[in-house]
Amino acid sequence: MKKIGLYIHVPFCVRKCYYCDFVSFPHHGDKVRAYLAGLERELELYHHLLTTVKISTIYLGGGTPSCLSPAELAVLFALLDRHIKREHCLEMTMECNPGTISRAKLQAMKAVGVNRVSLGVQALQDEHLARLGRTHKLAEVYQSYEMIRRAGFKNVNIDLMFALPYQTLKEWETTLTGIMDLEPEHISLYNLVFEKGTQFYHWQRDKRLPPIDEELDLAMYQLALDLLPLAGYRQYEISSFAPRGLECRHNLTYWYNEPYLGLGPGAHSSSGKVRWANAGSLEEYLAALQGGRKPVVEREELSVELQRAETIILGLRLKEGLGRQSFRERFQGDICSIYAKSMAKLQGQGLLKVTPRRVSLTAKGLLFANQVFLEFLPG
Amino acid sequence: MGLSVRELERQQKIRNFSIVAHIDHGKSTLADRILEHTGALSEREMTEQVLDTMDLERERGITIKLQAVCLQYKARDGKTYTLNLIDTPGHVDFSYEVSRSLAACEGAILVIDAAQGLEAQTLANVYLALEHDLELIPVINKIDLPNADTNRVKRELETVLGLDGEEAILASAKTGEGIEEILEALVRRLPPPRGNPASPPRALIFDSHYDPYRGVVAYVRVVEGTLRPGMSIKMMAGGGTFELAEVGIFRPDPSPVAELSVGEVGFVIAGVKNVKDCRVGDTITDADNPAAEPLPGYQQITPMVYCGLFPVDSNDYQALREALERLRLNDAALVYEPDNSAALGFGFRCGFLGLLHMEIVQERLEREYLLELITTAPSVKYQITDTTGKIKYVDNPVDFPPQQEIATLAEPFVRATIIAPSTYVGPVMELCQDNRGEFRNMEYADENRVVLTYDLPLSEIIYDFFDLLKSRTRGYASLDYEYLGYREANLVKLDILINGELVDALSSISHRDQAYYRGRELVDKLRGLIPRQMFDIPIQAAVDNRPIARETVRALKKDVLQKCYGGDVTRKRKLLERQKEGKKRMKQVGSVEVPQEAFMAVLKIK
Repeated sequence: MKKIGLYIHVPFCVRKCYYCDFVSFPHHGDKVRAYLAGLERELELYHHLLTTVKISTIYLGGGTPSCLSPAELAVLFALLDRHIKREHCLEMTMECNPGTISRAKLQAMKAVGVNRVSLGVQALQDEHLARLGRTHKLAEVYQSYEMIRRAGFKNVNIDLMFALPYQTLKEWETTLTGIMDLEPEHISLYNLVFEKGTQFYHWQRDKRLPPIDEELDLAMYQLALDLLPLAGYRQYEISSFAPRGLECRHNLTYWYNEPYLGLGPGAHSSSGKVRWANAGSLEEYLAALQGGRKPVVEREELSVELQRAETIILGLRLKEGLGRQSFRERFQGDICSIYAKSMAKLQGQGLLKVTPRRVSLTAKGLLFANQVFLEFLPG
Repeated sequence: MGLSVRELERQQKIRNFSIVAHIDHGKSTLADRILEHTGALSEREMTEQVLDTMDLERERGITIKLQAVCLQYKARDGKTYTLNLIDTPGHVDFSYEVSRSLAACEGAILVIDAAQGLEAQTLANVYLALEHDLELIPVINKIDLPNADTNRVKRELETVLGLDGEEAILASAKTGEGIEEILEALVRRLPPPRGNPASPPRALIFDSHYDPYRGVVAYVRVVEGTLRPGMSIKMMAGGGTFELAEVGIFRPDPSPVAELSVGEVGFVIAGVKNVKDCRVGDTITDADNPAAEPLPGYQQITPMVYCGLFPVDSNDYQALREALERLRLNDAALVYEPDNSAALGFGFRCGFLGLLHMEIVQERLEREYLLELITTAPSVKYQITDTTGKIKYVDNPVDFPPQQEIATLAEPFVRATIIAPSTYVGPVMELCQDNRGEFRNMEYADENRVVLTYDLPLSEIIYDFFDLLKSRTRGYASLDYEYLGYREANLVKLDILINGELVDALSSISHRDQAYYRGRELVDKLRGLIPRQMFDIPIQAAVDNRPIARETVRALKKDVLQKCYGGDVTRKRKLLERQKEGKKRMKQVGSVEVPQEAFMAVLKIK
């Protein structure tokens, strides 16, 4: 039986953060009810698939799944109980934001089988939290973390952001060490990007926010690369750090380019050969489901060249890189002979490391990953 | 052999004329009115400005290719006259063509805008016309304009040109006023053509164009003798012999006739495959009964401005070659040869009559043949005398010998005539000095306007001289120039090195005193255009292998998409694909990727 990862998008937040370009809407009781009804229909439409695969990971992302009320969460979890077999599920993650969780919610999460919590902390300075449009303060970070631990969760990830407007290297160091002191099992780091359509994008364009200082951005990333391993956090992917054995299995599905099913508005899915995406608007998503149709709005069949390119691009994000044997099995050819010219160039530039068994980014390649990825794209 | 009375009478009733004017003074509109008035075209048939047929001409409001029209006019004396209107291009790039057209006429209408007055081209046209002993009929046009000042224009005609201001006809091509008077003046003031219809034929080619079905159509003025289909004709300068298939006149549509005789203007078709074999200025004669001497004034056209044309996509090289071949069928002045640049790959080195001619060719290649091109900086042809005394001509900076092998360098000079309101004399003189101009003369056209004469290096004019002149005089100055010849100059080759590698396509020739400034500007501009890469990229300007300016494109610190979750792989891939597309359009110089705009930058530096 085929193994897949299951992603469920919960598109509600207390309020949208100024930098965020994910599909999310302000929490509203009627909308949540409609969404949950839609999700149930979507689960029904995928009934056959969901009962004929092994679901090895589940990821409840958002949005802020934890901003649902205890009653709404109960409905969501009941849906999972009814529609999703979890006997093969090794990891079930739910994203939470500080200030939106309670003991009752955490207990319900435990009961449904959530065994990993991803907490969106982002920074440890009230000034930066406020500027980002986060709805929580520093004190709530500690309260929430404490609550999660007390509820018995043994696997916690903390999301952090760097290269924030006006953020100093010292502040970033304080954030990193502060988080390391909390000893979460996993840490994820993202540099701020001014994504089109966000508040931050407009503010930056109107010069109300300073542009990103690339030197500082690099120094902050470098600081994390230096500091985190000292506390046992091994970088296993461009943005992910964890002790060996505590890597996020669900995300590994993406990096290995293995199949996953995404449900909910704006969710993405991949069979390896086909990628598809749901409507991002709640109305469109619901309308399709009410009509008995899957809410898919984009569908792309990938040529073998693209499948190969994506497998390489995703695989190289991992520190260990890409296994040449599994690549050969999947594509009937050695990566080093198919891309001989590009590989030689990249090796010459000191961006790529090739061993008999693996191909991976060098330390420099990690910083210029896009330059490497470009070489493998067709055309 | 005596002439028959009928023959004499026919010749007596022919008038061949051109219309000359400064740009925008209303030449084309006036021509339209004349066509309309003589019934050559009904009003409905007239699109606007019939004589300019190329799209580009209409857009730019200038005439590039010449046309000729045969009109019938019943004059007040009761007789019907044949008026041949020979159009002339209105730009200094094409002054040789203008001179050949004027050589085909007995007179010219000189159009002057009643509000603008005399302009530089007006002067140039008058001098050309007088060189050919043409009878001039000054016409003050646009008298319907509220700011028309006919008295001022009359004074200018007298003081600057020595013409009788009172003889000028007041007209408005817009309202039709004065058109009849102009036609009468053509009949009364212009002499009929002279020449013997029984002599061996001599016909002047004043234009030609390539027709894909019929081959070259040559526009001729018969000066002596008669041309008939079936004759074997010979190009006296080009040397080719052809069977004359058809002769005809334009009314204004081409209409075949039995013969073209003395004084007549029309077209000749003789199965010529290429305009090169049927050059403007050549004389057609009877191969079996040739004239002793060709008509005077024939010149081999030589390009004045050169540049490299390279396809952005190197796969388009063959398409570019074919497009140039086709353009040349119709444009004997366009020359090109294969060129190979280390930075830009395979392309062509092309020679043009001038900057406008260059722009027109580029635009046609891009518009009609859908080619994307990179153009290198325009250059003139330099005369180099090496230390052994050998002289050679070089139009491509790449071919410049090392400085130590050069004994003397010379560059083409032109004599520029600039007419400007006297309040702008300061800025205009300053501009000329800045461009290494040598002052020659200054005189007043009237109390408000000045005619300045400067000798200037052609290389300075082909950059942005004209634009600067316009901007410094708020558009009031006009410019015309004529070629003078070579003069010695202190020139150097300015090289650009990117990451230590010389980029041939960015080299240019500069006066030694300006090289430093140009080098600085260019390097600074390139720094802004070359995207940051994984390493620092030094950009240097150098003269004689000595660096004179340097900037650095700082290395990119990192290039990685950090955020990549939720499984939205397609979007990340699309971002990468866009990045790759951008890279593909760049040219590889050593290990540095250089965008096209960088090669354009050198065009804009002064």
